[in-house]
Amino acid sequence: MNIAAAIDSVPPEALPSASETGPAPKRVVVAYGFWILLLSDIVMFAALFASYAILVRATAGGPTGAQLFNQTTVAIETACLLVSSYTCGLMSLAVNSRNRLGTYLGALVTFALGATFLTLELREFADMIAHGATPQRSAFLSAFFTLVGCHGLHVALGLIWLVVMMVQVAVMGFVDSVQHRLLCFSLFWHALDIVWVGVFTVVYLMGISL
Amino acid sequence: MTDVRYDRAPGDIPNEEMQARSPSEALVYTIGLLVALILTATSFWVANTSLLWPGGIGLGLAVLAISQMGIHLVFFLHLTSGPDSTNNILALAFGLLIVFVVVVGTMWIVTDLNDNMLMPPSDAMNIRMQR
Repeated sequence: MNIAAAIDSVPPEALPSASETGPAPKRVVVAYGFWILLLSDIVMFAALFASYAILVRATAGGPTGAQLFNQTTVAIETACLLVSSYTCGLMSLAVNSRNRLGTYLGALVTFALGATFLTLELREFADMIAHGATPQRSAFLSAFFTLVGCHGLHVALGLIWLVVMMVQVAVMGFVDSVQHRLLCFSLFWHALDIVWVGVFTVVYLMGISL
Repeated sequence: MTDVRYDRAPGDIPNEEMQARSPSEALVYTIGLLVALILTATSFWVANTSLLWPGGIGLGLAVLAISQMGIHLVFFLHLTSGPDSTNNILALAFGLLIVFVVVVGTMWIVTDLNDNMLMPPSDAMNIRMQR
């Protein structure tokens, strides 16, 4: 409290600005670099979204989205990913307070929900392909499988990354490098959830209602 | 470290002094989850209901999705307007600009091309004059 009061009494101009303090801590540099990587990833998703939006009516006489999509599955997938984003946030709180049990617990729930999401998505894909709605059927289906499959691939990579991180926590403990990687992981996982908001709105809900 | 002001890492939680009067960190995540769930449920309701004007559903869904993305950025990624996350905001703003250019530019150009491919404007005019 004394420290906080002392800081409050110093006018902000008296503190050196970020550009005058020399190199930023490694945590800031690492996370900022990863932030930029994520933004470039989102730009790639934007290109996939754009191609989906212009090809959505190019069904070549094949099945349309309204005939293929099952809203219940999508709702469960959305809930899984949203809650896993929440547990991932709780996990990063446990990491910050160096709580090993909380970290493992958060990671376990996050992994289980992510795996459920991926299983449901793969089952949906298999179901569509079994009904003849393969990626080569129409331009709409090619764009659909590229966009949603690319997101699913990101989720799969995130799950592998999470397992690797838990091994690192178990072996190396909460050293700085592991903490930086866990921060990057939580950024990645939250960004995937943001992309999924776009996917379920543009692909599924607009596909059903329009 | 208290005598220096560093930028905040993206996704990092504001440090102790800054959030002395703000709610606890777990509560922030919980509020974010609840608001996101409400917005998601509203999206699904909007897509299925017959109470709303069908022409506005697409726009409504887009608004709901964008607001939910904002909720995620603020409550899960802890993006603030504070001076220590200016760099994060600027990078995000540039990313959004590129996303906007890619999506809107593609749709604009291809829709235009599509219209021209379907019926050249001169032919359309001739048909209209013949009838």
